[in-house]
Amino acid sequence: MVHGEAWTIKEFFVYPNEYIYWSIQIVMYPFMTGLVAGAFVLSSLYHVFGVKQLKDIARFSLVFSLALLPVAMMPLMLHLQQPLRGINVMMTPHFTSAIAAFGIVFTTYGMIVASEIWFVYRQFIVETVLELRAKQQRTVVESLQLLTYSVLSLGAMDLSPEALHKDERAVSILAGIGIPVACFLHGYAGFIFGSVKANALWMTPLMPVIFICSAVVSGIALCIVTYIITMEIRKLISAWNRKNNPRLPSTEELKSAEILTVTMTVKYLVMFLVLAITLEMLDLIFRTYTAVKSWDILRSVIYERDFFKIFVLQYGLGNLVPFILFLWPGLTIRRALVGTLLVLMGVFMMRWNVVIGGQAFSASFSGFMEYHLPLWPHDMETYKEGLLGALTVITTPFVLFYMVTRVLPVFGVKDSH
Amino acid sequence: MKNHVWRPLFIVLAIVGGILITRTLLVPSDFGIWERGYMYGWHRKSNEDVWKKYPIKYKTAKVCAECHKDKFNDLKDSPHASISCENCHGPNYNHPKDPLGLDIDRRRDLCIRCHAYLPYRDSARAKIPGIDPQKHYPTEECIMCHYPHNPKKPNPKHHTAGVKP
Amino acid sequence: MINRREFCKKTMMIAGGLAIPLTALEIFDPRRLHAEKDGKEKVRWVFLVDINKCVGCGLCVKACKIENDVNWDANVTRTWVERYVVTKDGQVNIDSPKGCRDGFTTQKIDQAHIGLKEIKPEDIAKGFFVPKLCNHCENPPCVQVCPVGATYQTQEGVVLVDRSWCIGCGYCVMGCPYGVRFFHPELHVAEKCTLCYHRLSQGLKSACVDACPFGARRVGNIRDPEDPVTKIITMEPVNVLKEEFGTKPQVFYLGSSKEVK
Repeated sequence: MVHGEAWTIKEFFVYPNEYIYWSIQIVMYPFMTGLVAGAFVLSSLYHVFGVKQLKDIARFSLVFSLALLPVAMMPLMLHLQQPLRGINVMMTPHFTSAIAAFGIVFTTYGMIVASEIWFVYRQFIVETVLELRAKQQRTVVESLQLLTYSVLSLGAMDLSPEALHKDERAVSILAGIGIPVACFLHGYAGFIFGSVKANALWMTPLMPVIFICSAVVSGIALCIVTYIITMEIRKLISAWNRKNNPRLPSTEELKSAEILTVTMTVKYLVMFLVLAITLEMLDLIFRTYTAVKSWDILRSVIYERDFFKIFVLQYGLGNLVPFILFLWPGLTIRRALVGTLLVLMGVFMMRWNVVIGGQAFSASFSGFMEYHLPLWPHDMETYKEGLLGALTVITTPFVLFYMVTRVLPVFGVKDSH
Repeated sequence: MKNHVWRPLFIVLAIVGGILITRTLLVPSDFGIWERGYMYGWHRKSNEDVWKKYPIKYKTAKVCAECHKDKFNDLKDSPHASISCENCHGPNYNHPKDPLGLDIDRRRDLCIRCHAYLPYRDSARAKIPGIDPQKHYPTEECIMCHYPHNPKKPNPKHHTAGVKP
Repeated sequence: MINRREFCKKTMMIAGGLAIPLTALEIFDPRRLHAEKDGKEKVRWVFLVDINKCVGCGLCVKACKIENDVNWDANVTRTWVERYVVTKDGQVNIDSPKGCRDGFTTQKIDQAHIGLKEIKPEDIAKGFFVPKLCNHCENPPCVQVCPVGATYQTQEGVVLVDRSWCIGCGYCVMGCPYGVRFFHPELHVAEKCTLCYHRLSQGLKSACVDACPFGARRVGNIRDPEDPVTKIITMEPVNVLKEEFGTKPQVFYLGSSKEVK
């Protein structure tokens, strides 16, 4: 069977070689890079612009952005027909292609995030090393920890106030450089689609900007969701610990800190959400008004075949409902959680409607293609480009985040700045 | 003590260096910008030769006529003269060495590619004698009656007796 | 006085620096930068399709599949033939079952998942066949978007795929407005019409050209003014497909109609 045939249903006239070649993994790819970029931008709001209220979530989102980073590459690797040759993008980059920038932008961005985290955590790392060194008897685990932290410290053991001040400066500089790079990382993902002149739905110069805005929206939303969940777990743990040690912060204290952070972060989310919707509407209005050759087929895709996915799931449930939830006075944690989950779903549907919707019609404008997501895999291809492949991609960042926080804890660390 | 701020940068430089070294090892030496410039000509030059050496399967009727002069003459003045031998007899490959003989397609399916009637008055198809494959001796092979090299003649090898419409 | 740490650091830096030869930094080699599309080449292959001569037999598709080892039963093909049936009320019906691998042998229009559509002969205003293949564009968008340089244009204007370098991202498949590219069912790399580059290089014509009994397909060299194909292209009213994309397609059509997609 030809690649794409397993999940493509053709109607009327479609060129013989046309299939839905870019499927669920290419939906996942901009969604995941969007989360990376968004999480980073959120942490930078604190580090660069000094939005103090975001202090609590900044460290958290920075580490989360690191955990998401390798995952942004995963869908691409799962999608490539020749995954082992993926390195060719770094070997012989062809810069007239938007994808060629991937290797370089991605590596640059990864390095910036890693360095920033190093500066943020240096004090913690060095203190841990010193603490472990001071011990007379070390268990195997502790010896391994010492080794890990010693390597991570890169031999920079200076904890003088001047050195720590330099760390702080480095963090804000890196965060400053990081914002444009993060936007570029994601903007170029939009460019990958926006520059395909063969695709009537994709080709618009607004595409990169729309992608960046929705990326920031989804990144902030995911940070809020994960933040709320970890805070709930912490509350449970602290309630349990307080039985033995009443001096620990009470659940109420944690809760008030939590709602404050969430309310503040939601404000930024709403801001970017408005921007994203405005641009998307502008694009739609412009297409309707100019009504070029492709409009007939686009109209039947947007307003008929994909109506539910676009206007109900994406704009209705994914944008309008959370908008009301967030702006309704007296925001609660639960309401924020529902809202942010809906926003995440909405952004995912936006990616879906762009990637799959762009292939819902033939380049001949005389037929349609319908995508049937393979639910249960019956071979490697339907696993990789099916529901299970997508779920693999979604769960990985949480596993990675857990592993990273074993080494670099995000809560209960004394800040160096 | 020296400034520790540059340490991550050293690692970054090491990674970049590593990538550059891998490039020299992995990229073929003839990979570069060729005749059509960077946008359209960025490739491995030797791949052109790979394509040039791709094995030819259809050797054309000219090659057939070298040995099968009789068949060539048989076809010469027929309405089917423009049909290349290999369309029905199959590709030459390296005949007569490999394969020794060719697998001739004698099926109805081959004939009705042109001779199934289609009602498009101004198309070239309308100029070809057409039948309705469902109605015109549907169970018989065309070559039972028609001589493929020259459809104007009856097929000398086969008997038309016994064939029912 | 140099201490141990300083010494180690300096040694590492020098060793590292030496390990990166200058050639590693080179992405563009100016020596290899030949004159860019100056039109001085002696050969530029072009293709000519005469719609008036095509009968939709599909022998070209059959020959192409066999000549180029594209799996016979796979529902992809390097070249195909479309049928256009326009009814008197102006409705355009298009189909190309299996890319016309077995020719058009029924009047029913194949609407894929929708099923077969019957059109009464008396309702038909016109019907014709349009062979399609890679346009070997002068500005191929598929080559422009390849991230690794695995697809390229030769100096003769033929667009090829380097099967050993393609990563299979599918960007070229998406970038082609004509839908000529697909993934090879067995090799899992981008696949497309090569204009039978191997045959052209040895003085033969493309397999589809040789297979066509009606002369509906022809290949020629546009740089040779004496080439009969060149003469037709320069002197007769020819058309190209989807000119609006700015790809400068090099497959020319005689007798094209506005319905052709």
